[in-house]
Amino acid sequence: MFITVSGEKKEVKDGLRLEELIEQENVQTPQYVTVSLNDEFIETQDRDKIVLKDGDTVEFLYFMGGGAWL
Amino acid sequence: MALNDEQIERYSRHILLKEIGAKGQKKLLNAKVLIIGAGGLGCPVGLYLAAAGVGTIGVADADTVDLSNLQRQIAHSTADIGKPKVQSLKESMEAINSDVTVNTYEKFIDSSNIRALIRDYDFIVDGTDNFATKFLINDACVMEKKPFSHAGILRFQGQLMTYIPGQGPCYRCVFKDMPPKDAIPTCRQAGVIGAMAGVIGSLQAMETVKFITGTGKLLVGELLTYDGINQSFRKIKLPPCDGKCAICGEHPSITELKDYEQPACELKL
Repeated sequence: MFITVSGEKKEVKDGLRLEELIEQENVQTPQYVTVSLNDEFIETQDRDKIVLKDGDTVEFLYFMGGGAWL
Repeated sequence: MALNDEQIERYSRHILLKEIGAKGQKKLLNAKVLIIGAGGLGCPVGLYLAAAGVGTIGVADADTVDLSNLQRQIAHSTADIGKPKVQSLKESMEAINSDVTVNTYEKFIDSSNIRALIRDYDFIVDGTDNFATKFLINDACVMEKKPFSHAGILRFQGQLMTYIPGQGPCYRCVFKDMPPKDAIPTCRQAGVIGAMAGVIGSLQAMETVKFITGTGKLLVGELLTYDGINQSFRKIKLPPCDGKCAICGEHPSITELKDYEQPACELKL
């Protein structure tokens, strides 16, 4: 199936869970990254339960300070 | 108040724009904007807003100019090292345009003074470098129903969004709460490309001018991200507040401001 991650369309295995995608994408400090699925924010504890579907759109929103912080 | 001849010439490129015109220029001259942080972001914001003729501009920062600031904080020069940043920025702004009044606040912004400070201004620009102050600005602006521009920069990345009371999600809707102390690598490991401050600060100035003049579409409900490595901009849609936000939700759990604990930065950036 195909999903869109950070604006890029990519093929992933069927039944991929959101948590697995986050690992696969090598998201740094994932517990401090806001994740949206189809324009809705997903609670951190729900990431493991959510099974992605064909056509889903996932965005990662990172904390950004002023150059002094990651 | 009519524009005088010098103002008509100075602001002619604004006046020519049908979206701004003389009417919009007068709005700018009557506007009051507060910039919190006179560093990487605050410098370009201050310079562009002064050049644009924003009549009253407040600048708040407790820091002094350091040699390592000069790589990106373009309103400060080598001769300003050791000088309060608010003073250095004010001098640069007034050198561009003596038409504007620059109020300086050489102090730390905290829960005891922020609400009274922002109350006097129409629009707030977050040019701070730490999450404690970013969350404080957000929470205070929600409480005082003040619009503000959030921005952050890191390495080759930048982001910004605009909060307008009642119109879209706030910073806390997106980022909930500060990351804990030891979760974050130290300043020494980070770094930022100097021009990133210029790109993102200029975009904050753009949002400010658009807000004051009522021009176009603001970044409400959207996070604009910029990737300098690939030279790409993206807008990420932000869902509206789900009503559960701790500050702008229906039953806010934050009812008064407090100072967040934030680890001190070991390396002065």
